[in-house]
Amino acid sequence: MNNLLILPIIIPLITGMFMVIVRKRIYFQRMLGILAIAGTGAVSAVLISQIKNEGIQVLHIGGWEAPFGVSLAADMFSALLLLTSSIVSLFCLIYAFGSIGKDREMHYFYPLFLFLLTGVNGSFITGDIFNLFVCFEIMLISSYVLISIGGTRIQIRESIKYVLTNLLSSLLFLVAISYLYATMGTLNFAHLSMRVAEAGQDGLLTAISLLFLIVFSLKAGLLLFFWLPGSYSAPPTAIAAIFAALLTKVGIYSIIRLFTLVFYHEPESTHLLIGIMAGLTMVLGAIGAVAYWDVKKILTYNVIVGVGFILAGLASGTTEGMTGAIYYLIHDIIIKALLFLIGGTIIALTSTANLRDFSGLIQTYPFLGWMFFVAALSLSGIPPLSGFIGKVFVTEGTFEAGYYWLGGIGLFTSLMVLYSVMKIFMNGFWGESYLDEENGQKLKKGLLIPIASLTILTVALGLGAEGLHSFASLAVKSLMDPSLYIEAVLGKN
Amino acid sequence: METMLSILVGVLFTIGTYLLLSGNLLRIIFGTSILSHAVNLLILTMGGLKTGAPPLLGLGRSTFTDPLPQALILTAIVINFATTALFLVLSYRAYKVLGTDDTQLMRGNENE
Repeated sequence: MNNLLILPIIIPLITGMFMVIVRKRIYFQRMLGILAIAGTGAVSAVLISQIKNEGIQVLHIGGWEAPFGVSLAADMFSALLLLTSSIVSLFCLIYAFGSIGKDREMHYFYPLFLFLLTGVNGSFITGDIFNLFVCFEIMLISSYVLISIGGTRIQIRESIKYVLTNLLSSLLFLVAISYLYATMGTLNFAHLSMRVAEAGQDGLLTAISLLFLIVFSLKAGLLLFFWLPGSYSAPPTAIAAIFAALLTKVGIYSIIRLFTLVFYHEPESTHLLIGIMAGLTMVLGAIGAVAYWDVKKILTYNVIVGVGFILAGLASGTTEGMTGAIYYLIHDIIIKALLFLIGGTIIALTSTANLRDFSGLIQTYPFLGWMFFVAALSLSGIPPLSGFIGKVFVTEGTFEAGYYWLGGIGLFTSLMVLYSVMKIFMNGFWGESYLDEENGQKLKKGLLIPIASLTILTVALGLGAEGLHSFASLAVKSLMDPSLYIEAVLGKN
Repeated sequence: METMLSILVGVLFTIGTYLLLSGNLLRIIFGTSILSHAVNLLILTMGGLKTGAPPLLGLGRSTFTDPLPQALILTAIVINFATTALFLVLSYRAYKVLGTDDTQLMRGNENE
């Protein structure tokens, strides 16, 4: 029992509810937002050290023992994601101060942002599949409102598609849960895992697991990403950045959790299918990233490539592959937020997203240019930066599992990703400066600080990969061996 | 009993899917609404439909129906209610802003 576990859910929830009351006091809300997210980050840092020393932390809510009540469980994997997501959302929030505009701030932007985090954090640490559904809904309903807040034409149009897709996937999620309840009679992850292991994963259970795969693929953008490019290019920059950083990652987290903890008995059908879907996702995403001349479109298709790459690590089913998936997941959360913030800043400065319409930004904005360069190299996995180590491990894992084609696709799409972001750099930043002195706007410090911090973070994560390794290997250990999780939640009997 | 309800759920799913694929925004919302009915019935069916008293201890009976699916459905109903309300308002707003309820006409154009 560890009461700290409830804090990552309850801090943003209560702060958000309080903010609704003080709607008009924007500065107060900003300070509260920073405090709440920093608090969540501090709690997750404490959790990480506790998990490192004492193993997986569990909280049975209301004191009801595991299969009967809702339990929260944090292993190293969840805690690392909690910490990363609170750091990244803190910087997105700071970016929003200077860019989101007074109208949106007055209309509950900050409470919605915190409710979104409530859902994300809840999804990361819940130990119950129906509770996961509820946390998903908290996250999704906040994201429905965040994507349409402001009500411009493009936002309204895209939010209809986004809401419809996610409504449908939520309904499918419920269908899958009801099938699972009918066959196994329990909803707790640990208990499910035990019962599936006892009953043996037959054809019916594999079919249910594939239904879950479809549901989470819709959320994560694994192959079923048709809704993603439109939805992620509609909202304002700070919101698009937090979406790109966190929303798909929750789907990825659920896939990893479910297929390492519960449905791990038939890897030759389920994991192979995940591998094939991941390969197709990488290829199709890379084609999209290369094809467009629109900054936002290129970046959204890069989100899709990242999803494919992380799940390729899961598909390999090896320790190396999983380590790579964890490294790459953490890297991807940071780098996608960073790229979306820089991309949004470029669009705000040039007031166009079309790469053919501007050039020579490096003369006016050298800092922004070089930070974009670092981010681009980090995204494609150039050695000293954070994307490298994840890519190495994932490739190693896929080769070890004999999926040479999957590793090959991963490496090849890295090239296409590098080409797509370098296209932004070379066309947008090099060349003749099209801005003269008077129509070049000054870059606000408030926008530059979060971008610079995230850049430093991605460099530090690349240089300090060794320091992260002990945490990542602990996370992999609990993912590869479900008995650790079951023992922590259900006790030793 | 389970078989009959399963067939009913199947029929509702068919109708819901058909409505989702139509071009009119309001029909799409009706489709999601029918689908959520189907899902709630499915959860009830999958929990088992054996005869028993309603899950109230005061009745002093020996067998009760499974209370868990009922709690799940209650949660799902409220969530679906909220999302449907949001979706309806969003479509009303879309009709005002975009001037159409035909999804075929809600295409993007380059100059936005």
